[in-house]
Amino acid sequence: MGSFGHYLATHFDTLKSEFWFLFVGGVANGLLYAMVAVGYTLVYGVLRLINFAHSEIFMSGGFAGYFVLRAMVGATVPTGFMSVLIIVLGIAAAGTAGAAAATLVERVAYRPLRRRRAPQLAYLISAIGASYFLFNLAGKEFGHLSVGDPQPYINHTVFTIFGAPVLMYDLIILVVSVVMFLALDWLVGRTRLGRGIRSVAQDAETASLMGVNIDRTIAITFIVGGALGGVAGFLYGLNIGVVYNMGFIPALKAFTAAVLGGIGNLRGAVVGGLLLGIVENLCVVFVQAAYIDVVAFGILVLVLLVRPTGILGERLGRTA
Amino acid sequence: MIRTFLQRAPMRRLLIVLGVVAVVELITGPPGSNQYPTSGFTGSYAEAASFFGLFRTQRWVEFLALALVAWGIVEFWTRYGATIRSRGSLALAGPRQVSAKRPVRVGFALVLLVFGILLPHIVNNAFWQSALVTYVAIYVLLAIGLNVVVGFAGLLDLGYVAFYAIGAYTTAWVTGALPTPPPFGHALDAFWAIPFAVVFVVIAGVLLGAPTLRLRGDYLAIVTLGFGEIITIFANNLYGITGGSTGTKQIPHPVFHVGPIKYTWGLAPVPYYYLALGSVVLFLIIFSLLQRSRVGRAWTAIREDEVAAESLGINPLKFKVMAFAVGAASAGFAGVITASADNFLFPSSFTLTFSINILVLVILGGMGSISGVVVGAIIIQVVQAYLNHTPPAGYQQPDLYIYVGALLITMMIFRPAGLIPSRQRRREITLYEKSHEGHPDEVLLGDDV
Repeated sequence: MGSFGHYLATHFDTLKSEFWFLFVGGVANGLLYAMVAVGYTLVYGVLRLINFAHSEIFMSGGFAGYFVLRAMVGATVPTGFMSVLIIVLGIAAAGTAGAAAATLVERVAYRPLRRRRAPQLAYLISAIGASYFLFNLAGKEFGHLSVGDPQPYINHTVFTIFGAPVLMYDLIILVVSVVMFLALDWLVGRTRLGRGIRSVAQDAETASLMGVNIDRTIAITFIVGGALGGVAGFLYGLNIGVVYNMGFIPALKAFTAAVLGGIGNLRGAVVGGLLLGIVENLCVVFVQAAYIDVVAFGILVLVLLVRPTGILGERLGRTA
Repeated sequence: MIRTFLQRAPMRRLLIVLGVVAVVELITGPPGSNQYPTSGFTGSYAEAASFFGLFRTQRWVEFLALALVAWGIVEFWTRYGATIRSRGSLALAGPRQVSAKRPVRVGFALVLLVFGILLPHIVNNAFWQSALVTYVAIYVLLAIGLNVVVGFAGLLDLGYVAFYAIGAYTTAWVTGALPTPPPFGHALDAFWAIPFAVVFVVIAGVLLGAPTLRLRGDYLAIVTLGFGEIITIFANNLYGITGGSTGTKQIPHPVFHVGPIKYTWGLAPVPYYYLALGSVVLFLIIFSLLQRSRVGRAWTAIREDEVAAESLGINPLKFKVMAFAVGAASAGFAGVITASADNFLFPSSFTLTFSINILVLVILGGMGSISGVVVGAIIIQVVQAYLNHTPPAGYQQPDLYIYVGALLITMMIFRPAGLIPSRQRRREITLYEKSHEGHPDEVLLGDDV
């Protein structure tokens, strides 16, 4: 047991010295998870089902952003206004691609089943089919090898917190995600459209009696969630690069985040994402990098078994 | 005006057909790459192609022609399909009732068994003889096992590959091919891996099932998926125990040695075919007996309505765990046969893709229908073997999963109960959909359980 104590002691020392460094990386990852998790939660709210194809929406965003970067970034790394422009264009393209992919999935894999009022297993299977179809098609069209994104900016340290460097990349994620979360919060909480989404989440039948167009509301929910997922895919690809099956692991973790925060709960998804990102990054100190995914799945299983309603609780449509 | 014109039913169907055919052209077209991401698209539509061997034309011409023909068929079917179908089913009603009689069924099964025994001598071709084992028999074994979980008990298990992996790794462990010392200190024949594998996968099934099977269907799918991934990660990284990412290449061929009888399997595929066929028959008998037993009826009850089943005194958790463990057993068996026939195993072969592929076999044939699952598995695996053996132009192995994905969606839209549905299952789905029909704007899934 002495050696185990020693193991813990040395690793806690590393944790103490590396804490802020890992924390910054964790927040950046966590915000990305949160952006994807919001998509799961939105769809879960209106349809009561897990959108298994969400990982491919993430992937579409990654590829759309990659093509914009390939077209815009020249031989030298752009700076200043050019960087901002390219990133904004990349975000726009990725958001559009994500929304388009989400719409496609909704129309092809979900709507026909909804018309027939199919049992839940059928939805899960057709969503898995959609996911399979999309990522393998991407593999066929864009190759099966990972490729790095051309960098639209110089990834230097912008400032430090407690000695830990905050890179340009982290800052971009922070700004983009916070803007999108605020916009989403406003959209769902304050607008007519958001009221529609919330009413469908609460009670679809009654909502339709009150004049809410359910098909349209569901379509818009997919578009909003898809846009966020697509942008997250772009930001993820900036650092990691893109490949046809890039969506699988991040989406699984984002799902974990959504469950962790309480599925159906938008703020919960953000909290869950941040928490998962930070915890996961801090775990790097204790376990080998290869086992990080095991940590995330372990958290998922634990949450589902101990508190399936998540930290902030399931809130289908009561508040955003 | 254009909008209302396009919204008329035949026009809508034409648009859908155009979309589907465009997708078909794309997935059958040449591949692209990340260097030339548009080449796959341009090649799929703007390339010269032979029009069914008749004359050469551009692919988009072929596409339009195909779409129009398909549209014609769709229109014909929507207009006259109902009449044709009702006449057809009248004609089929007679044979169907006969086929339900027990002696007929048993006789039919025996004929099929004889055919199965003779099959490797009918296909006198090295590739197909080994494909019968590696592509067909093993997968039939896996599919009928997963059918117990998904079809009988209605639980979506996306981590089924884990049980197959446990079976394969147990074989490697028992025969002393892993860094971990084998049980009782000395290596045993691969044949003795079977009892070990079955015990281990049943234990794994119970360990995984007992805590997770309380969860709702969609959560269960994700958790089992995570479990499958965890098993792969461990297999990949625990170098001292599993041999890590390089796996092992020293698994011996199985030997059956009891008393005076001794038989050694070698490199030839046909003996493995008989081993696999024997296991398939064994499991087919066990599973169909189970289906008709008290346990099988409990599974059906839970699948149809868990709350009602519970109120009749059925303990859902107990029977769900049982389904998990029973279904896992055949995967463990399949793992043993594969590992000892191949002599090697790599953790990279145990992926989520694998679980999904097995799921597809179950869904194509018909969840819950044993004969359907066997037929579905044979069809898909023979097609896959054919495509891998003689790939058409532009086909790469991963392309199969595009077809698989499309097939899953299509099946769920048009024939959710499968090609050869179990009568009970089809009735359940129709009843379910009918019972929710009264609410024109209801979009939620019926049961939140």
